[in-house]
Amino acid sequence: MAEKKLLLWLSQLACNANAHSLLNHPSLEEFQKSFDWLYHPLLPSLSSLDEILDNYEEMECDILLIDGALCAGLSKKGVRMRDMLEHFAKSCSHILTVGTCATYGGIFSAGGEDRSGLHFDGEKRLDGFSDFFEKSISLPGCPVHPEIVVSVITALAQGGSLPLDSYRRPKEYYGYTVHDGCSRNEYFEYKIDRHDFGHLEGCMFYEHGCRGTYSAGSCNMILWNGVSSKTRVGEPCHGCTEADFPTRGLWRTEKHMGIPARLPLGVSKRAYLSLAGVAKAFRIDRFHRRILEDEE
Amino acid sequence: MEEKRDRKIQIVVGALKLFAEKGYYRSTIPDIAGSLGMSSGNLYNYFHSKEELAQEAIRYISSYLAIRIREVNESKKSSREKIEDIVRIYFETARDEPQMIDFFLRVYLSNREVFSDGCEGMVCVNEFITEIMIFFEEGVANEELRNQDFFTAFGLFMGYLGGMVFLYGERMLPKALESYIEDISENIYRALGV
Repeated sequence: MAEKKLLLWLSQLACNANAHSLLNHPSLEEFQKSFDWLYHPLLPSLSSLDEILDNYEEMECDILLIDGALCAGLSKKGVRMRDMLEHFAKSCSHILTVGTCATYGGIFSAGGEDRSGLHFDGEKRLDGFSDFFEKSISLPGCPVHPEIVVSVITALAQGGSLPLDSYRRPKEYYGYTVHDGCSRNEYFEYKIDRHDFGHLEGCMFYEHGCRGTYSAGSCNMILWNGVSSKTRVGEPCHGCTEADFPTRGLWRTEKHMGIPARLPLGVSKRAYLSLAGVAKAFRIDRFHRRILEDEE
Repeated sequence: MEEKRDRKIQIVVGALKLFAEKGYYRSTIPDIAGSLGMSSGNLYNYFHSKEELAQEAIRYISSYLAIRIREVNESKKSSREKIEDIVRIYFETARDEPQMIDFFLRVYLSNREVFSDGCEGMVCVNEFITEIMIFFEEGVANEELRNQDFFTAFGLFMGYLGGMVFLYGERMLPKALESYIEDISENIYRALGV
């Protein structure tokens, strides 16, 4: 049997949601048999955080997972986290930025100028760790779906190649939009919002701030806990995989003279409005009734 | 195929002139065919009914205006300048091709039953509406126009122009239509601007 790959999870400014999210993977026990954690804040590990902080210069890992926003002055037990990151980054084969904060800075970067993701500050590319850019893979999400973390680690351990986009997100998971697989697509096609929070009906793109049509992610294809997603339970997608997350006014669609200010990814204004004009001309009664209400 | 489409456009253009002279309801298929020097039977090869011809006519007018407004939208001008360009396009069309605006105001807007099956909602004027929407959207995005409901802005803009052209058509305006362009554009800008 091949030697187990050694994983290291290093939290920066983090809320631990990504670490908790990983615990929801249905085959976590199987995954654990295939890998060793040098350290993970919640899972059985070979070392404690104290031991790593005291002796990190003698340690190495195969895959480094970074969670949380990087902060220039952050240190633990007198060890600058930046120095420790750099040490492990040099020797590891792959770096995964787990979650939106480690990738772009996310919500934590709003708290100070000295905070960012590993390679990006929002959309802006940073130079600080550019030597490690080619070995880095971004797994944004707030939190990231556990299936993505487990599958990417497994693929890397098996020597598989992962096509990446310009933010170094694996296209297999981020080459789609959250709109793909959304159970409300018929309402989108006919431009019907008619949504009440928590209900099954209506598309939330027009009034309720849904960012699914222009946010990368497979939330509606790889469901959360195998059954659900934000849009399926009647909540708009907040675009948590994107560099501008979190935006303000998350439950409201910004509009210019009634026209959504942001349109589906790559769709021109003229193309969108032409199609919308045709779709809106027809009233389809089925979309104006509650799905579960009694038929007359 | 191309030839058939060109012929259809020729029929639409001829029919629009006849509608403006005789009125839509008083113009028959034989009248339209006669005015084009063709037989009714031949005309039916292109349009199965007068309603179908009317629907093609409104799509043609919508496209005629849309092509011109699209050029305005694609220019780098300010919203204030674009308003004046759009007003000019509308008034010049009313002056040079009065049968088009006449059909739009007197037939399309006043006889919805002709358009209920095939031109639902604003489907047949979609090209024109799309360009107006793009003009409004970009004006708001550039912070030149005040953000509001589309129809409140659309009604103010197009209702105003339609009213002026209607007065022009009834020969009730004391001055030439184009002499009002500047003041009307200023009024629209003041009403819609931030």
